[in-house]
Amino acid sequence: MLKLSGVSKTFNKGSINEQVVFNNFSMDIDEKDFICVLGSNGAGKSTLLNIISGKVRADGGNIILKDRDVTHDTEHEKCKNISRIFQDPSLGTNPSMTIYENLSMAKNKGKRFGLSFLIDRKDEEYFKELLSTLHLGLEDKLYTPVSQLSGGQRQSLALIMAVIGEPDLLLLDEHTAALDPKTSEIVMGITRDIVEEKGLTTIMVTHNVDHAIRYGNRLVMLHRGNKIVDISGEKKNTLTKEKLLTLFKDMDDKSLFS
Amino acid sequence: MNSFVTSIIQQSLIFSITVMGIYISYKILKFADLSADGSFTLGASVSAIMITKGFNPFTSLIISMLVGALAGLMTGILNVKLKIQDILSSILVMVGLYSINLRMMGGKANLPLFNHDSLFTGRNPLFILSIVTLLCAIFFTIFFKTKLGYLLRGIGDNENMVISLGINIGSIKIFALALSNSFIALSGSIMAQYQGFSDINMGTGTMIMGLASIVIGSSIFERIGFFNSSIICIVGTLLYRTSIALSLRIGFNPSDLKLISSIIVVIVLSIGNTGEFFTRRRRNNLKKSDIESSTTLGEAGGGNA
Repeated sequence: MLKLSGVSKTFNKGSINEQVVFNNFSMDIDEKDFICVLGSNGAGKSTLLNIISGKVRADGGNIILKDRDVTHDTEHEKCKNISRIFQDPSLGTNPSMTIYENLSMAKNKGKRFGLSFLIDRKDEEYFKELLSTLHLGLEDKLYTPVSQLSGGQRQSLALIMAVIGEPDLLLLDEHTAALDPKTSEIVMGITRDIVEEKGLTTIMVTHNVDHAIRYGNRLVMLHRGNKIVDISGEKKNTLTKEKLLTLFKDMDDKSLFS
Repeated sequence: MNSFVTSIIQQSLIFSITVMGIYISYKILKFADLSADGSFTLGASVSAIMITKGFNPFTSLIISMLVGALAGLMTGILNVKLKIQDILSSILVMVGLYSINLRMMGGKANLPLFNHDSLFTGRNPLFILSIVTLLCAIFFTIFFKTKLGYLLRGIGDNENMVISLGINIGSIKIFALALSNSFIALSGSIMAQYQGFSDINMGTGTMIMGLASIVIGSSIFERIGFFNSSIICIVGTLLYRTSIALSLRIGFNPSDLKLISSIIVVIVLSIGNTGEFFTRRRRNNLKKSDIESSTTLGEAGGGNA
């Protein structure tokens, strides 16, 4: 479904700060995969998502999404089929608009943003129904500006907005990292429910080893632009933190779990 | 009504169209577009040259708007396509427009229209101006309820979110700047016909006037909790023009006006930012309430978690 082949990326090429992030990196992602990506800082996790979503352009290689070569698509072209949630809760929503307005904009994704009115009163029931699945009481706050919501509420709303148009691919970039542990658990639970219910293909970057072990059907660990661990299926289901640790016991780089 | 009040109202109506234009770039798009000074004069000089050539005054309004849109388009292209910083690209356009305006007016700094028919010939100016401003305000209000209007608001609010919707924000930005500058040029065009001449320097200070009016309008209406932007623009302009006219009345020189404008903007902005100008005497109370509000905030944050 998503195929990265021979992707390479070097930042500040030719300068003293040259940094090779990927060199001939390849990865295949199947339909309905829920992949957790672990790795230390600088391992290339965020760059991987940025390359897939088009924010960063790869120097070489190909990206095939659903049998279509999207290597040279611009960011907004790629975003038509890909939804993304960021670490910063303020990035996924429009803070000065109400929940209703935010959801209406998300619902219109992929259609024309022309001169017809955005707000459709008929959507109210549908939106309330969507929000009530979160159990955060947001269904009673449809007319509240998003700026008044807490970080966890915003991330949950961003999730709903990201999947309302049924994207081909959902990218989660440490989307619970800025939340406190309890909220982070709630948002992860919501994430799993939504991904399972809609059967979305998902890539989740995280620093949280527990989350990476508990959620998803495949775990990938990146180190300096290479996949050093890639487990899926039954092996992933029975994975524990200890087992994961023994997988690279021999490696001298202790920064993996920093 | 005496002529003093009437002229304030009439000028405010004209300028409020400019202010709506500036509102689009400054408040909605959060784009520092300084080219307003140039595009106001641009509208005026297009109107002047067309009327002296015998064109219909209404046609000249439309053409002014289109030419104003071109100026905005230019700023947008410099910023979006050539990646020049927003404030710099608008200054470049403003500087360039000065020469263009001079050339259009045949190298003369002042082009009189007294001997030609204008929008106001044989009509009541107040009536005409009310109609035009009302039309602009209605368009303005309705436009920002459409999907395209929401995109503009979204870009100013959070570009990332709009990109996530699969929208090319560059072209939307360029469009918004064109729209903003067509409002400003329309206003300049009406102004030239209203005062009966176009002057190369008539646009100087337009940006500051717009900012002042927006800040005055929003600081008043945000306290009441009222958010119709076009009304904020119109009332803000009215208050600003009144304060300028009054300062002339009490004996300031017209050459002092720019300084007075700047001082008004500083006062209103500082009130908007800190509330200090009014609450200085209650500083102790303020501190206490600050502490209270910060503790409640903390509790609310904990509760949400």
